[in-house]
Amino acid sequence: MRMGIFLLKRLGYSIFVLLGLSILVFIIARIMPGDPARLALGPRAPEWAVQRVRESMYLDKPLYAQYVYWLRDFVRGDFGESLFTRRDVATDIKEFLPATIELALFSGAIMAVFGILLGSISARYSNTWVDNVVRVGSYVGVCTPSFIFAVFFLLAFGYVLHILPSIGRLSAGVTKPPVITGMIIFDGLITGNFRAVGDTLWHLIMPGVALALGGMSQEARITRSAMSDNLKKDYIAAERAQGIPERVINLRYLLKPSLIPTVSILGLDFAALLANAFIVELIFNWPGMSRYGISAMLRKDLNAIIAVIMVMGVMFIVVNIIVDIVVSFLDPRIRLGAERSK
Amino acid sequence: MGLSLILLIAFLAAFAPFVTPYPKHAGVFVNFAEASQPPSLRYLFGTDVFGRDILSRIFFGFRFSLLMGVVVLVLVVPPGVILGLVAGYFKGSWIDTAIMRITDIFLAVPPLILALAICSVLPPNIFNAMMAVSLMWWPWYTRLVYGLASSLRNEFFVEAAELTGAGRLHILFKEILPNCVSPIFTKMSLDMGWVILIGATLSFVGLGVQPPKPGLGTMVADGRIYMPDQWWITVFPALAIMFVVLGFNLLGDGLRDLFAVEEV
Repeated sequence: MRMGIFLLKRLGYSIFVLLGLSILVFIIARIMPGDPARLALGPRAPEWAVQRVRESMYLDKPLYAQYVYWLRDFVRGDFGESLFTRRDVATDIKEFLPATIELALFSGAIMAVFGILLGSISARYSNTWVDNVVRVGSYVGVCTPSFIFAVFFLLAFGYVLHILPSIGRLSAGVTKPPVITGMIIFDGLITGNFRAVGDTLWHLIMPGVALALGGMSQEARITRSAMSDNLKKDYIAAERAQGIPERVINLRYLLKPSLIPTVSILGLDFAALLANAFIVELIFNWPGMSRYGISAMLRKDLNAIIAVIMVMGVMFIVVNIIVDIVVSFLDPRIRLGAERSK
Repeated sequence: MGLSLILLIAFLAAFAPFVTPYPKHAGVFVNFAEASQPPSLRYLFGTDVFGRDILSRIFFGFRFSLLMGVVVLVLVVPPGVILGLVAGYFKGSWIDTAIMRITDIFLAVPPLILALAICSVLPPNIFNAMMAVSLMWWPWYTRLVYGLASSLRNEFFVEAAELTGAGRLHILFKEILPNCVSPIFTKMSLDMGWVILIGATLSFVGLGVQPPKPGLGTMVADGRIYMPDQWWITVFPALAIMFVVLGFNLLGDGLRDLFAVEEV
């Protein structure tokens, strides 16, 4: 019940933030110098055609009315027509979004699992060569932008060693499974097309790891620091004195509370991952929404730009709600604090 | 170590025309006879497809990176800090609610995405890139200072100042602000690295420093199509970006330890 109230409050707040974001994005789209309709159709288009686009985008109405119409259409799932591809933006997003989610999930899993694992190993073998290697590596990882990792990986594994595919999502000759979720791994598993699953995983390695390394390094640093702090606490000494096996102490009493700051920061790292996907998808020619978004930005395709940012905003907010729920499960103080404040 | 790295980069950037082997190569310069030369004693980092020395262009590229970092921080820190101070001091009032909810909206999407969007609707150049990043960066300072100011407002020295009849401006800027300076400076040194990184990313996609100017991100992007044969065109500017960000991170971590700041 309390969790329900917490979720409702969180949801209400998220809707407020999304509304605010929609205003912000709408303003950004309208600060563009020049007439968006003329820009879309080109300088040689007849005036009546330009006027029709103006009307379809409500550009002939006052600004506040433009926003209200736009919001109404957006809530209905009508994101307008792409000024460049001439297709419905919602159709474009439906086509490209699953590839981005697939990449983000793969990358997020690497980030969380290996980040926590490396951080734990580093804390366990504190001040040994293992710890030093992990610390230096994670420092470099934090300081290096994903696009540089992407370029280096492409050079090393794609062009020089030829051991990983450089571009795309699926090799030529591999049959794409019928679209159910749009994510080839899940669709392949559902339809039993394991060749496509394996091939997509193979294609995911380079972009996925390039995207994950920054966040993974951050998670490793935070996990190590939290575990090292908790190791010095009295309750760990008390548990050792009671003869609780070291493995149980490490997993149940040390790792679990140490994960709270790590999970909290996961939301931010996931957001950074989504942002960096814009560049990494471009480099690996990954047919996702981020590549679509960056192409839209470079072509000044307004409807597509707004829709992509709003969808990113929704994804970011959903991730943060999930993170909040996980943290409240990990940390009883948050739940107790919420009860006390009532 | 961070400080020495940053001082070295700042020195190379400031005196680029004097320390670079080929200062003319930073701008419009073509010498096809020396195009695409691999690293050698003559060209330590090789040359690009126009025959321009990569090392010289990297030193000049540091100028744009540092300029980006400095201008953005100069633009974002004062408004971000003032808004955070005001919201923190008036915690619980409508002023707090208004400022912090607007801040939340800006923080709802990663700054890179919104900066990309803003840059995309404006003519691509370094000035617009700076403006776009600045517009997205101030909320991080507001949130940092808000947290500090809302706890400091309950301290005895603030209450004492209030009791002696000190004005609100005095309390905000003479009592609370001086106690927020260490975390602000620590965050600034860490943020220099991140802002430079975002600037490089914008340049990489063609929305920041425009050719023939030597932006580090632009150089990485330009060289990408000549990989793997002419790897040096991409690899050295990429390493340069890593060093700049690494330097500011080391400096920030050093300051954090020095000021004993827990979280920024």
